[in-house]
Amino acid sequence: MIQFDRVSKRYPNGKDALSKVSFTLPAGELTFLTGHSGAGKSTLLKLIMMIERPTHGQVLVEGQSLNAFGNRHIPLLRRKIGMVHQNHQLLFDRSVFDNVALPLVIAGYARADIGKRVRAALDKVGLLDKERLNPIMLSGGEQQRVGIARAVVNKPPLLLADEPTGNLDPQLSAEIMDLFQDFARVGVAVLIASHDLSLIARYRHRLLTLREGRLIHDAEEAAHGA
Amino acid sequence: MARNATPRKAPRQRLEKPRRSAGAQSAQTSLRDRFTAWRLHHRDSFYDALGRMRRARASSAMTIVVIAIALALPSGLSVLLDNAKVITRGWDGNAHLSVFLKLDTDDSTQRKLAEQWQARPDIQRTQVITRQQALAEFQALSGFGDVLQALPDNPLPPLIVVFPDSTDPVSLKALQNRLEESPAVDLVQLDVEWVRRLHAMIELGERMITALTLALALAVVLVVVNTIRLAIESRREEIVVVKIVGGTDGFVRRPFLYTGFCFGFAGGLLAVILVQIALWWLGGPINELLRLYSSDQTLATLGISSLLTLPLFSGILGLLGAWLAVGRHLGEIEPNF
Ligand SMILES: Nc1ncnc2c1ncn2[C@@H]1O[C@H](COP(=O)(O)OP(=O)(O)OP(=O)(O)O)[C@@H](O)[C@H]1O
Ligand SMILES: [Mg+2]
Repeated sequence: MIQFDRVSKRYPNGKDALSKVSFTLPAGELTFLTGHSGAGKSTLLKLIMMIERPTHGQVLVEGQSLNAFGNRHIPLLRRKIGMVHQNHQLLFDRSVFDNVALPLVIAGYARADIGKRVRAALDKVGLLDKERLNPIMLSGGEQQRVGIARAVVNKPPLLLADEPTGNLDPQLSAEIMDLFQDFARVGVAVLIASHDLSLIARYRHRLLTLREGRLIHDAEEAAHGA
Repeated sequence: MARNATPRKAPRQRLEKPRRSAGAQSAQTSLRDRFTAWRLHHRDSFYDALGRMRRARASSAMTIVVIAIALALPSGLSVLLDNAKVITRGWDGNAHLSVFLKLDTDDSTQRKLAEQWQARPDIQRTQVITRQQALAEFQALSGFGDVLQALPDNPLPPLIVVFPDSTDPVSLKALQNRLEESPAVDLVQLDVEWVRRLHAMIELGERMITALTLALALAVVLVVVNTIRLAIESRREEIVVVKIVGGTDGFVRRPFLYTGFCFGFAGGLLAVILVQIALWWLGGPINELLRLYSSDQTLATLGISSLLTLPLFSGILGLLGAWLAVGRHLGEIEPNF
């Protein structure tokens, strides 16, 4: 699904955020990405989203190098990627339903289809009864789940999450993790960037560890090795 | 340091349609669905623009009034100028040339000449004033009757008054030259200066209005640029989210373009209303002037076509302003984390 081929990223200020990173993410698998603050986790996700471009090497999505894509291809790429993020999440000028519907409206789904898919996604995250509310009326955990519903509503083959459990308590974090595992089970490639080691340790999933922009550890079932 | 690695060839068409992977089916959308959605998004963007304008009532109203004033000024002035032209058309009608013949020309030659000229296409009609008529007229007007009678000979030359067909200064001058070529003619007097001055003033007025229109059209565009810039700034979050979930530039741009057009159109409509109010207020005095100078004319107004073309023109200016603002500021807003 995703392949990094000796990818390096140097920011214009000269900071080397990633150095020669190579790995492959297959479909239907959940992978953790960890490392200290500033290790390059977000940078790696930004390369997949084409928010940034690599300085060297190439990122392949479904076998195609992103280096070959011009800026006008970016929207089509992003429609295949569900992105869950703590910040810039929900829009408070519209209902939960309209927040979740946004990717479908953008991709040009038919109206009737949008209703069905939005309700399916909200049902999945257990918020079907909240569709008419403004997201500002929801708790932090509920807001995060609306964000997840929006990320998966058009059934993308790839789901990225940057610190998805950042400010949630362990109980809520576990619920969110269960959701991600469900998506992986139905064939989505899930990549979760987090430095919450206690959370990572509780699940048996592949773990990629970055230090100073280098991939220093690529272990299946890291929980066993620890 | 190159930001992009060398692009390599890759089959692009595969990205156009998400491939299905086992279990997680990427949904496909048909072309027809997408067209419908595109149409609906245009409609939604339009209503969205109107809704936002209504919600930010005070600032929207201010923008619209500024646009309206900027447009009402040149269009109001050009209506006034139209009225000035109507009034002065009456003055043009009196333009004539006084052709003085040589003193020894007899009455029958004078009449024949006048008839010949009248047949020319550039002359509307001629009027013959014989030496005797001239003398009588002069005596009556000047009160010098006795003095003139004391003179041994009539000093006044025969005169033919020529009313030209066209009153623009250039053809008047040409006509004057042609008439002077005739051997019987002593002098052609053309008081063309005031006609020329009048035409020059109208021309100046027209040019000033054109310059004013250009300057104020630019002002309208800049007002909209600024308004849209603020709108973009206030919707930063939304733009980021739309870009993250795969919104195209067109999708992001559309609501702002509609907003720009709506501001322009509304400003243009208000400008039409302002001009109509001003005309209604000035209508009395203008009609009075028109009655005095040319009885058959009534107040020139904006005209039915401007009722629509002015708002449309203004809408296009608004669209242009929005386009400029969007081109400048939308690119700066990119998702980041
Ligand atoms: N736009 C940028 N311009 C310059 N340097 C940047 C930029 N973004 C990130 N960096 C630098 O690149 C390095 C990696 O940043 P990145 O955001 O990928 O780290 P991270 O692993 O996500 O950290 P955290 O866990 O704190 O989120 C950091 O040293 C950061 O300062
Ligand atoms: Mg980060």
